[in-house]
Amino acid sequence: MKTLIECKKGCKAKVLKLNAPKELKQRLISFGVMKEATVEVLEHAPRKSTIEVKVGKMRIALRAEEAELIEVEEI
Amino acid sequence: MSEVETKKCPVIANHIKVALVGQPNVGKSMLINSVSNAHLHVGNFSGVTVDKTEVLFDYKGYHFTVVDLPGTYAFTDYTIEERVTHSYLCAESYDLIINVVDSTNLEKNLQLTSELMSMSKDIVIALNMDDEAKKEGIFIDASYMSELLGIPCIKVSAATKSGIDNLIEAIVTQYEAPKQESKLIFSEAVEEEIAQIVSYLEKHKYKAKNSYRHVAINLLKNNKKTYEKIHDDPIWTELQPILIEASKHIELHHDSDDIKEAFAEEYASFNRGIIAEVLKQEVVEEKKTLTEKIDSVLIHPLFGIPIFLFFMWSLFQLTFELGAIPMDYIDAFFGWFGDTIGAVISNDDMRSLVVDGIIGGVGAVVLFVPNIIILFIGIALLESTGYMSRVAFLLDGFFHKFGLHGQSFIPLVTGFGCSIPAYMSARILKNDRDRLLTLFIIGFMSCGARLPVYVLFSGAFFSPEMAGNILFAIYISGAMLGLIAAKILKLTAFKGADEPFVMEMPKYRLPSAKLIWHTVLTKTMMYLKKAGTFIAAAAMLVWFLSNYPHNIELQNEYNTKIEKAVSESDKITLENSLNSKLLEQSYLGRIGKFSEPIFAPLGLDWKMSVALQAGLAAKEVVVSTLGVLYSLGSDVDEQNSSLSTIISKNIPFASAVAFIVVIMIYLPCLAASVVFTREAGGIKYFFYLLAFTSVTAYSLAFIAYNVTKMISG
Repeated sequence: MKTLIECKKGCKAKVLKLNAPKELKQRLISFGVMKEATVEVLEHAPRKSTIEVKVGKMRIALRAEEAELIEVEEI
Repeated sequence: MSEVETKKCPVIANHIKVALVGQPNVGKSMLINSVSNAHLHVGNFSGVTVDKTEVLFDYKGYHFTVVDLPGTYAFTDYTIEERVTHSYLCAESYDLIINVVDSTNLEKNLQLTSELMSMSKDIVIALNMDDEAKKEGIFIDASYMSELLGIPCIKVSAATKSGIDNLIEAIVTQYEAPKQESKLIFSEAVEEEIAQIVSYLEKHKYKAKNSYRHVAINLLKNNKKTYEKIHDDPIWTELQPILIEASKHIELHHDSDDIKEAFAEEYASFNRGIIAEVLKQEVVEEKKTLTEKIDSVLIHPLFGIPIFLFFMWSLFQLTFELGAIPMDYIDAFFGWFGDTIGAVISNDDMRSLVVDGIIGGVGAVVLFVPNIIILFIGIALLESTGYMSRVAFLLDGFFHKFGLHGQSFIPLVTGFGCSIPAYMSARILKNDRDRLLTLFIIGFMSCGARLPVYVLFSGAFFSPEMAGNILFAIYISGAMLGLIAAKILKLTAFKGADEPFVMEMPKYRLPSAKLIWHTVLTKTMMYLKKAGTFIAAAAMLVWFLSNYPHNIELQNEYNTKIEKAVSESDKITLENSLNSKLLEQSYLGRIGKFSEPIFAPLGLDWKMSVALQAGLAAKEVVVSTLGVLYSLGSDVDEQNSSLSTIISKNIPFASAVAFIVVIMIYLPCLAASVVFTREAGGIKYFFYLLAFTSVTAYSLAFIAYNVTKMISG
């Protein structure tokens, strides 16, 4: 299974599943990161500790640990 | 929350109480500012408003109370600010909700709207940022949208103040019209379950204030309040298994074990339907938006951090260089002002009080207004352009190593302006441990009131070309110390798992000059007001304590010596020694002498110790106290006796370094300490802070003093 952190800069992916604990999952959903949503990796911070992704028209920053919990499929 | 006031509205026929709700950073506070004449703080990052604020205004015969609530992405209690909004909406009484949405990002914003729609309250939707949407080629059919949602949707722009009249008229109409049932439609699977529950409720004639459909939806969503109510009803025993079955079906349908996730997906698909109907995007979106282009430079993995450091360095260079230009004039003005006033007053004591005490003390503080203004402009730019969140993104990895959350960056930067709003803005941190940790180290970010001390000392000991760099170094080393302190606290007092970091990166916006002007003006006026009131009073107190009790004997003894002295230079030496003897035996001198042994290992004389102690009230008092103390006991022959020259003559460099170190670290001012105690949630935290900062300040100042002495010989 591929997760968001494995996606390279500039890649687009479809979210398949959120493996996050309940609270974080709701947070992600409220940001628009939910099943079927398309995310695009925009930028990596130094050493990939944090990544910037685009969901819809919104840009969000995620830590690598969180990005690992998002199962995706590249498109 | 204790400080949250519950202002009860007077019961007047045409009084409308409105709750302003929306996702973070959609311009709620700005909208209030354009509707009324309020001046709420506005910025371009999520979490500017952390507490609810009420604004009252009249419009066409109606009294309005608008409650500005902190932005919230969804009805979760993720952070304290979200809890404020959620509990207000559920528990308080108000007439109507204005849901402010960002027209340029409708889909995401409608997620919250859907949740609001399930609350059975009157809603008006303000499609804000209409001007930006037009620029981006987005057209929204507001009247069709109103029809589809059953909610009036009004296009407005808080920035250009367009559509405000329409919005208020819609509020009045909606307020007077009978309540409408929400037009939220779910997928077939969910609708089936709702219908089943509704028919069950109908069959048993369940008594409810809201419609059965509304009750059914809330039951499915696990709404606590609805549950509690129905739980005591006899139909519960029969209803419960139906509900469990229904939830199972819905979860199965959405392939999820979380009913909230299922509903979020339901809302999302409903919203997609709405968007498809009402939104037309004329221009095909560019491959890269402007924001993304700027981001590719500013948050570049390699150059991002150096660019940020360069910005900060430039800010402090400007603070010093540009700030120095008007300083000479201000200094000259106060000198002239003191002389003019002094010439009018015949009584010696009165003259000294006014000239040395009040004008000297206040003048020393006002002198730094240009520096303060530049620093405030810098912070206002950081806040309003959207760059702040980028820096949080860049520094998260680095901060994380020190046990801090990337979002801690926002309160920490605010702390460079003033610690009080910084303590408040720590509320954006979800986890209490992270929040407390951040609260403890905000003090390491030197606030604006400490700037005068740094400017004074770096100007006194370094050439003007170097002083700006020194200023930058002081701020950076303060921040580094803060990080190290955070690491130590994280390893000892605030142990625990790391919190997730998920943060919105707002679009870059060109800040309006008016907005910056206003923010800076407000803050500067506050500084001046403080100088005129609190600082003036403190300066008078310091003057009094340093002039009394009078020692006539000593004065007489010296006066005869001075008369006998032959040469002019002997006279001056004697006068100087009289002045310093007089100062030493004053009340303040005695306090200083009493505490001198404590500060002696740091190389601080009694005047500096007194200034530090006075700084506990407010950091501006440090400079005003130094001003009073050194103008009283300074060399009389000194022609150009600006405070900074006096200081460079009277204070050894190593002592000055120790003094700065203490200023950087020790307890924030009284007002900030009070806010800290409130935000941390108990007086015991204040004592922890007191102990923590005092021990750190003392030991580091001791080290700094000795090391500097060794190096400089």
